[in-house]
Amino acid sequence: MSSSAPLIEKVRALPWGLWARQGFGVLVLELKRNILGRRSLFVLLLALAPVALFGLLVIVPIPKEAVEGIGGLNVMYAVYFRTFFLRLAVFFGCVGIFTWLFRGDVLEKTLHYYLLCPVRREVVVVGKYLSGLVLNFTIFGISTIMTYFLLFLPSGWGALEGFVLSGPGAGHLLAYLGITLLACVGYGSVFLLVGLGFRNPIIPAVLIWGWESINFLLPPFLKQFSVIYYLESLCPVPIPEGPITILAEPASFWLAVPGLIGVTLLVLLIAGLRIRHVEISYGEE
Amino acid sequence: MGTPRETAIEFVGVSKFYGEVLGINRVSLSIPLGITGLVGPNGSGKTTLLNLLTGLLRPTRGTVKVLGFSPYEPESLFGLVGYCTQYDAFPKGFTGYQFLYSLLRVHGFSRVEADELTCSALEKVKLIDASKRKIAGYSKGMRQRVKLAQALCHNPRVLVLDEPLNGLDPMARAEVISLFREHAKNGGHVIISSHILHEVDMISDQVVMLNGGYVVAEGDIQGVRSEMPEHPIQVLIRCDQPSRLASRLFEMDHVVEVKIQGDQKGLLIRTRDADDFYLRLNRAILETEIEVETVAPADEDVHSVYQYLIGSDGGSA
Repeated sequence: MSSSAPLIEKVRALPWGLWARQGFGVLVLELKRNILGRRSLFVLLLALAPVALFGLLVIVPIPKEAVEGIGGLNVMYAVYFRTFFLRLAVFFGCVGIFTWLFRGDVLEKTLHYYLLCPVRREVVVVGKYLSGLVLNFTIFGISTIMTYFLLFLPSGWGALEGFVLSGPGAGHLLAYLGITLLACVGYGSVFLLVGLGFRNPIIPAVLIWGWESINFLLPPFLKQFSVIYYLESLCPVPIPEGPITILAEPASFWLAVPGLIGVTLLVLLIAGLRIRHVEISYGEE
Repeated sequence: MGTPRETAIEFVGVSKFYGEVLGINRVSLSIPLGITGLVGPNGSGKTTLLNLLTGLLRPTRGTVKVLGFSPYEPESLFGLVGYCTQYDAFPKGFTGYQFLYSLLRVHGFSRVEADELTCSALEKVKLIDASKRKIAGYSKGMRQRVKLAQALCHNPRVLVLDEPLNGLDPMARAEVISLFREHAKNGGHVIISSHILHEVDMISDQVVMLNGGYVVAEGDIQGVRSEMPEHPIQVLIRCDQPSRLASRLFEMDHVVEVKIQGDQKGLLIRTRDADDFYLRLNRAILETEIEVETVAPADEDVHSVYQYLIGSDGGSA
């Protein structure tokens, strides 16, 4: 107790208020420059493509014999969410935004403006990361809500009210939103680091995508070294596994959520250390 | 934002290699208060030196201290240092005002402080009328001025400027130079790299000359010039009887050359001992009653010293 007291005092004495102001400054600056950028448009297209597809279902509903009522739609959404939304849309959305946070600064020759500010480099990392998170989660969060409602809309207001608003659907939707947020949190940190460490982040991004994609074929031990394993463990609706899937016990909520957040913090710490040693040599790019 | 620990900027045995390519080598310098001009041909290491000073590069060997701080203590140092780099790049989509305001927020200033400092800096560089326009639509000179405003906006003690006069028209140059002078007069450092030698000459209290990654000379220009005995000092005298004066001056054994000017109203002398020359020149003038209009050193300027040391035309540096 006595030995930890000075440490707590030291932590309290740190300029948290200043760091928060500076981090917020970085966040706002990054949002301003990225919100209307080409990358954001790409992410928006990724997120809106399924919305358009689900919108078509409102005009041309799925034949009733093809799905088994609300329960069938529920499983259908879970399949879409796990196979397309998480593995492709959110994954490549995070690649698009987070790898660009530092890489874009280097290619546009503007990174030095941050390095010439009296701000801790880690604060820059966190501010940039949060801007990517806000942007990605806003886009994909809205996409999640819209696709969910659009899927159940053709079933009529009664079904929508009974299942989505009053029934278990609301909880499912919240879970999907939470998983979307965690996906942005986890993939975001990884791709921020990739953008900081690689001149061409696409190659490592594709390799990571390959690893995440073959996750269902991996033995249980190796599954733990992927983000998708923890995200899928949190999905509220189970989906039928394919015949070649190697089954593994899903991670518990208390392992998946703190685990992903812990790994994210570790990755951000590494990014913070990495940026401390960054040199400006735009000419070589 | 911070208090300086010392007043000088120190390079101790600093080398920087880009792989096998030399940036600068074994540079040891102490840059005092005032305006310091950094001159040298392209590739001589000027920008490398400035980037090392501001921590944008890390030295391969040696240490750099700015007002007692390492460049790798950004939280302490960059409240005291402003750097106008050579990079003509800005965050996309920003107006001049938004650019400065956003950076000042990253510095940690409150909204009100950031707004005040932004307006003040834009006024200093005469860009307040264009502050709401997108930087992408600015002319080269305006972009240069907004970069200067970015370096100045937080009222730093040390201004580091890489080719700050590029793209500015003569009026803007004069205004900007007076800003630098004012900054130095108020007890600040101004370190300015420029290839416009006569302007460096005009504004610098001291110069650092670089060539091939090495510092070839440093100090005030007269001091540097006096340490070049292999190049006799040139003195221009405008008078009414140049031939008569020339014959008297030839009596001095350290005078190696006298050239009478084409208009027969002056002469250019080369001497190896300027102090003795000036002393005896006064005596000669008094004795001969020659009417002398001006006596001025002809090669105690950055351009001449540059030519002697680096051997090329300063204008193309």
